[in-house]
Amino acid sequence: MAKMSMVQAINSAQDVMLERDNAVVVFGEDVGYFGGVFNCTEGLQKKYGEQRVFDTPIAEGGIIALAIGMGVNDMRPVTEIQFSDYIYPAFDQIVSEASRLRYRSGGEYWAPITVRTPCGGGIRGGQTHSQSPEGIFTHVTGIKTIMPSNPYDAKGLLISAIEDDDPTLFFEPKRLYNGPFFGDPKAPAQSWDKHAKGEVPEGYYTVPIGKADTVRRGNDLTIITYGTMVHVSLAAAELSDFDVEVIDLRTLTPLDIDHIASSVCRTGRCVVVHEATKTGGFGAEILSQIQEECFWKLEAPIVRVAGWDIPYPHAFEWEYFPGQGRVLEAINKVMER
Amino acid sequence: MVPSSGKNLNIPAPRHRPGEEPEFDDLDISNAGEVARPDVMMNSKDMYGYANSLIRVLDMKNNAVGEWDPKISADDMRKGLRDMLTTRLYDDRMLNMQRVGKMSFYMKSRGEEAVAVAQAMALDKKDMLFPSYRQQGLLISRGRDLLDMMNHCLSNSKDNCKGRQLPIMYTWRDGNFFSISGNLGTQFCQAVGWAVASAYKGEDAIASTWVGEGTTAEGDFHHGMTFAAVYNAPVLLNVVNNQWAISSFQGIAGGEKATFAARGVGYGMPGLRVDGNDFLAVYAVTKWAAERARNGGGPTLIEHFTYRASGHSTSDDPSKYRPEFEPEVWPLGDPVDRLKMHLIAIGEWSEERHNEAIKDITAVITKKYKEAESYGTLNSGERPEVSSMFEDVFKEQPDNLRRQRQQLGV
Repeated sequence: MAKMSMVQAINSAQDVMLERDNAVVVFGEDVGYFGGVFNCTEGLQKKYGEQRVFDTPIAEGGIIALAIGMGVNDMRPVTEIQFSDYIYPAFDQIVSEASRLRYRSGGEYWAPITVRTPCGGGIRGGQTHSQSPEGIFTHVTGIKTIMPSNPYDAKGLLISAIEDDDPTLFFEPKRLYNGPFFGDPKAPAQSWDKHAKGEVPEGYYTVPIGKADTVRRGNDLTIITYGTMVHVSLAAAELSDFDVEVIDLRTLTPLDIDHIASSVCRTGRCVVVHEATKTGGFGAEILSQIQEECFWKLEAPIVRVAGWDIPYPHAFEWEYFPGQGRVLEAINKVMER
Repeated sequence: MVPSSGKNLNIPAPRHRPGEEPEFDDLDISNAGEVARPDVMMNSKDMYGYANSLIRVLDMKNNAVGEWDPKISADDMRKGLRDMLTTRLYDDRMLNMQRVGKMSFYMKSRGEEAVAVAQAMALDKKDMLFPSYRQQGLLISRGRDLLDMMNHCLSNSKDNCKGRQLPIMYTWRDGNFFSISGNLGTQFCQAVGWAVASAYKGEDAIASTWVGEGTTAEGDFHHGMTFAAVYNAPVLLNVVNNQWAISSFQGIAGGEKATFAARGVGYGMPGLRVDGNDFLAVYAVTKWAAERARNGGGPTLIEHFTYRASGHSTSDDPSKYRPEFEPEVWPLGDPVDRLKMHLIAIGEWSEERHNEAIKDITAVITKKYKEAESYGTLNSGERPEVSSMFEDVFKEQPDNLRRQRQQLGV
């Protein structure tokens, strides 16, 4: 075991897979010599050579198309889209091609590609470096959508994603790269050193795709969340007068609805928390499925905590970001019914 | 009110519209044999002129002339002719079957048969094809059973795409033929990725991909060109300039400003322009580009200058936007007729043999079609199992799909 930040864990996952399998190649904008704008591929080109870890032209659609073609030719490409805010030029290749290739070809071809991309705000990135577009992709069948919240899960899930024969979208909450974030920008920054999930095996291991994790046990209310908001929700749960359970989804699609439902049916109360904008967000899907599975066990309406339905505003970042206060408010609202 | 008399605004229009007399007298067409054949490893910087000329082998007197003559055997030419004829007769039959409601949709490749068949013959079987939707000649030339092609078009119980794709969006892994998407141009940079992987593995196989001239306006075209040039990918990038993208003539894609082959110049790759109705020229140009790619010379852009003699698809009526007789006056003729007349001119074919071949092929198609129908059509008979529609979304069926399948009761 070693102490790793999320950046180091993501780097380590790629390192392990490059070492194990010559079919694995890593590419994207600035990922080669430079090691990526967040250092997630630092040192990998030096270690594995320019043909295995390389820079691409600035064309996200081209990056994904290249990966699909390589995947069809028995490779296992790991791509980086520098910010998830820049993923839209690749939308057609992800939605129309990678996600449907296996289906439309009757199972004769598939795209075993991994798309890593930093997401989320809280880093003064403005509306072009802060988005959480996962809900756009969870609506697309044929791809798996993953968002880890800590170094241990990040490495294990990324290895699973690389080994997966279906296309995977791997969202990395960039506010968590160097430490857990509890929602208060004025609090001193923390590193992953002292966090239990900052303990990461140096070698190969996997965390299964499609499995949620209960990160705090409780009996009064269940918070369903993922990414940065896991830590914000945990902090809010600590401050709350109630006995709150927190579930970290880790994988959004396929959704671990059995895990969610068994918790919510037990507590009877639920708050769904994500950083992405509210309307049509993934929270809406979670609510619908809980309603289908747990309606008669619910003691109160479910409440969503989400980003406001506005672009991520540069100067009003902390008014936008759903912090502990909004989560606590939601807990109290659900508990008072 | 906004004034609307902008004299500096250009909205391109085709040379003729319905009711007008079509003519192409002022088309700038090189003579057969006029264009020199460069060394396959010539620096692309010295090849700019090729983008503005037209490589032709067969002249209008049915002779094969010039340095580009591939000098292939009469047997190979007869195979090419037979494959093109088969493609055309197959298209005709399938169109008729669409018209009587046996399938939802069809697209013919009339006039463009050489583009597919000559390329398939000039490439190795191990080379990977990333086609668009008018290259059924690739399948036929590579020997795919017509029965399997028909089964796919009919979406019946033996459709290898399991009833999931529109007719003509073929997939054939055993023949190194990729899955046709239906979205335009998406395969262009995927072919580059396949070729990059081949180079990475140190293998000899190359990739070839096709788009229409209309699709060169898509970002995917630009991505494919850029990535292929940057990584020196062993790939043939084909633009089939058949003059028409549904109702939009090639000028709407920018063809009046520069040739499509000239797009290659800016990316640092050769742009060759070939008479797409000349089987021997397409064959020769493909051989040149394939040899270059295999020798590490990287990608080549090939503009096939041809003419879409049929409508875009069964949902299209070309008489609404172009003169009815325009296909007949296309100055570069018909690819089947031209190869046929060449073979006759060199004493290797005859009208009798040609008619005999048509009869044979038609009989095969009729027989195959009858068998295909016995496996079902879109509207009657056997279909793939309904439950199979929940398969292959992922490698393994996730719980939500299993539950939805159970909900449907299959």
